[in-house]
Amino acid sequence: MTTTPDTATGTARATEYPLRRKKLRHSQGFLAFWLLAPALLAVFGVIIYPTLRTLLISFFQVDSALATSTPFVGLRNYVDVLTAHGFWSAAGRTLYFTVVSTSFELVLGLVVAGLLNARFRGRWLFRTIVVIPWALPTIVNAAMWKGIFNAQYGSLNALLTQLHLIRDYHEWLGDPNTALNMVILADVWKMTPLVAFFLLAGLTSIPTELYEAARIDRASWPQVFRSIVLPMLVPSISIVLVLRTIDAFKVFDIIYAMTRGGPVNSTQTIAFYAYTTAFSDQQFGLGSALSYVIVLAILGLTTIYLRLLRRSEMSLL
Amino acid sequence: MTIRRIHRRGALAASAALAALALAACSVTGTSGNQATGGSTGGGGQVTLNALFMKQAGYSEDDIAKMIATFEQQNPTIKVTPTFVAYEALHDKIVTSAPAGTYDVVLMDVIWPAEFASKGLIQDVSSRFPSSWKTDMLGGALSAAQYQGKYYGVPWGPSTKLFYANTDMLAKVGATTADVQTWDGVLAVAKKLKDAGVVQYPLAWSWSQAEALICDYAQLLGAFGGQFTDSSGKLVVNQGPGVAALTWMKKTLDDGLTNPASPTMLEDDVSKTMASGQAAMSLNWESTFRDLNDASISQVVGKVAVMPTPKGPSGANPGVNGSMAWAIGAKSAHPDEAWKLIEFLSSEANQDQFAVSQMPNWKASYQKADITKTNPDVFKAAGQAYDSLISRPEVPNYTQVSQILQVEIQNALLGKKTPQKAMDDAVAQANALS
Repeated sequence: MTTTPDTATGTARATEYPLRRKKLRHSQGFLAFWLLAPALLAVFGVIIYPTLRTLLISFFQVDSALATSTPFVGLRNYVDVLTAHGFWSAAGRTLYFTVVSTSFELVLGLVVAGLLNARFRGRWLFRTIVVIPWALPTIVNAAMWKGIFNAQYGSLNALLTQLHLIRDYHEWLGDPNTALNMVILADVWKMTPLVAFFLLAGLTSIPTELYEAARIDRASWPQVFRSIVLPMLVPSISIVLVLRTIDAFKVFDIIYAMTRGGPVNSTQTIAFYAYTTAFSDQQFGLGSALSYVIVLAILGLTTIYLRLLRRSEMSLL
Repeated sequence: MTIRRIHRRGALAASAALAALALAACSVTGTSGNQATGGSTGGGGQVTLNALFMKQAGYSEDDIAKMIATFEQQNPTIKVTPTFVAYEALHDKIVTSAPAGTYDVVLMDVIWPAEFASKGLIQDVSSRFPSSWKTDMLGGALSAAQYQGKYYGVPWGPSTKLFYANTDMLAKVGATTADVQTWDGVLAVAKKLKDAGVVQYPLAWSWSQAEALICDYAQLLGAFGGQFTDSSGKLVVNQGPGVAALTWMKKTLDDGLTNPASPTMLEDDVSKTMASGQAAMSLNWESTFRDLNDASISQVVGKVAVMPTPKGPSGANPGVNGSMAWAIGAKSAHPDEAWKLIEFLSSEANQDQFAVSQMPNWKASYQKADITKTNPDVFKAAGQAYDSLISRPEVPNYTQVSQILQVEIQNALLGKKTPQKAMDDAVAQANALS
């Protein structure tokens, strides 16, 4: 830094500055581009290119992974998807899975978050233990629950018979009426911790003055919950709701590992249906169209959510 | 600014690429009609072959490791990298890896040659296939490698489901294997076993929503004197024997003779149920005999008899044809080396050596006393069973037909539809496919 009050050099520097700054900004942008390029390439390779390619394939009839003749069929694949009976029943099951699993995770997550937020000795230990289900890979979680639900040696049957709640062993995953609910249970067990931690973040950000004020006003617990906790948690709940709905809607891995869609297709969700269509039946055009229908459905859901959130004043989004 | 420009440029390039692809008459899979199946990279260089194996039933992973070691010793320039997947994942693995040409050698089931060959996923090896093999190999096994008169692979073991019975349990109700030669006999013995409290559910089956269900059904369909398709290739399981077999299956569930967990079981689960003494009788593949006599995983060592599948009311007892075959992936870069590996694996000498794990598909093996004595019970049972086999429909869209059948058979088993209605629905859906 110069200390001489030389006006001549001062003006010279003043005219020089914006230029250099512009150059600097330009070179910074250049640098940023090159730093981001590898990530861009990866994103293009694993997301953008496959997405566009899938869109393209959805307009053709592709009957083989190595098809040599692939006639253009326009929107026929989409029409076929939307008129297929299998599609609508899979969609219904997916909706059921999404609504039930998300609501259970939300309610249980709220309870767990409340417990984790309470002050007690050894809270860190409790918080660590709670996160374990979520840290398990889905495939491990699925194998574990498959063992628990096993009709012959599963621990659930053992527990319920020893408590004299049921007389005979029940085929939890073999009964089309219970199979999907059992998969939901496994999913809820795994995903509740994630929801709990999102909500815990929301809970910790509620200022203690609010609780103190409520106590002075002699508000009861339900009143505190309804008037303070719930409204202050709306942003966290909304984020969790969006994330979990989308996630549940495209559920695949836990189904593949636990039931493979059976019995009598009673656990076949829309993503599993798309997988079977594309890779087992080798109807790649139809499968691609199906994937796009799923994408559009999720996009629709997300738009509705975001609209609702924007209307709410408490929203962070 | 920069970023936005890049965006625009990217979008332009992408749409140009799309337009080019759409306009060009070439296929969207990027595969052209006269695709060169890359010749062998001759010249002494080291070649690595990727081979796709099945994880369960038949040869164990240890067996395969020994085979590969011997092959690599004989062919120092070729290295083999094996991959093992469960049977339930094998089909989809072959399909999804085909465009990348990941596997030079793949193991395929008897029900897939039609699909894989017609869709160009595997190579036609008719010109490599010695004509002597066509007479020296068992006919049922050969069908696993054939489609429309051409050879798309080399058989690797014939296979069918045999009938296993726990003779210890049978003896407790005064029965012997002679009493379970017919399905009626099986039911009578099962009823006695249940009434005497020897075992809660005498029968266990692989009736999960999977191909395993079709294999069990096929065997019963054959015993009731039926076939899957008529001479024109249309599915006819909604007539006489097709419905009778399913009605019989459902009745064993209703009578409490069949383990109610059967609709969730695969072959492996059935084997484990037998091994832990929770079932007296079941159908399973040849290698199950080895597993049931392995003291490390079985509590019924030496107590199990193996025999051909029981006879039905028609007096017939065909086994389901469950043979497998080796094929060369369409995009394999080393077809010559791949063929060498297949020749070695399927050779009489190699198969004979592992006859405890899987039956050989060479007729001559069944005449060699030193080979048959390594696994006498299974050789005796399987030798008879291979004389009459029932085939599942040999159609390119078999996977879809099978899925329809799986769902409808389960609908009947779980009481959601009557057997007649379930099979009518299955036939209507399957015949509407093509």
